[in-house]
Amino acid sequence: MRSIQQNLAKFNEVGIRPVAISVDSPEASRDLCQKAGYTFTFLSDPNLQAITKYDLVHKGQGEGGRDIARPAEFLIDSSGIVRWRMLTENYWVRARPEQVLEAAKLLQ
Amino acid sequence: MKRINWQLWLGFLLSVVAFLSYPLVFVNWASTRDFPWANLILFVVAALLVFMGIRRAFAPGRRRLSKIVASAVATLSVLIIVMFLFVAFVASRWLPPSTGAPQVAQKAPDFSLTDTTNKTVSLTELLSQPINGKPAKGALLIFYRGYW
Repeated sequence: MRSIQQNLAKFNEVGIRPVAISVDSPEASRDLCQKAGYTFTFLSDPNLQAITKYDLVHKGQGEGGRDIARPAEFLIDSSGIVRWRMLTENYWVRARPEQVLEAAKLLQ
Repeated sequence: MKRINWQLWLGFLLSVVAFLSYPLVFVNWASTRDFPWANLILFVVAALLVFMGIRRAFAPGRRRLSKIVASAVATLSVLIIVMFLFVAFVASRWLPPSTGAPQVAQKAPDFSLTDTTNKTVSLTELLSQPINGKPAKGALLIFYRGYW
């Protein structure tokens, strides 16, 4: 997240809107954004609507055994087609902004 | 002469630091996060120090207590190292396979979710809203575990 925020100007420049999605409530995300200084869009998916559609449910991994999302990134073009994705195999390894910005060159 | 076995304690302390510095410090940079080499170096130094501490504790003329303490501290250090290797290389790979996730060139499923201002927004809206006055070329969806 921090690396996305640090590169937000570059994302804006190439016309890519970063959108973070988790089961966190809007209030929890708002607190996080205020504390960490994140200014891009954070969406709340407590009922796993999008997380289920993208097959990213990680069962029982949240607080009190609730289901959460596993980490994943998707680059979607303006017509709604997936142009790049990263489904990490290691919880600690996430997409780097450089990778996404490189993939963004594919977009019209 | 009761001199503190500093190698032993420093080694133990360093193994704790090596463990905690991954989630607290090194995870912030991709180069030290994707492979935890910085932590592994710290662990190697910690293990060497603990080994020196053990040798010192078991040298002739040391009290029995120092041997017991050294053995316990060394065992703890080894446990910390094993726990780190487990967390970094085994448990971190326990992720669902997500075989049904949309593939490249497939249509991304639409959704509508609440943003931090309690406004409902859909993927279609996110893709059509201009960015800095220019039409958006796309969106980067970042699914994350959340902080609850």
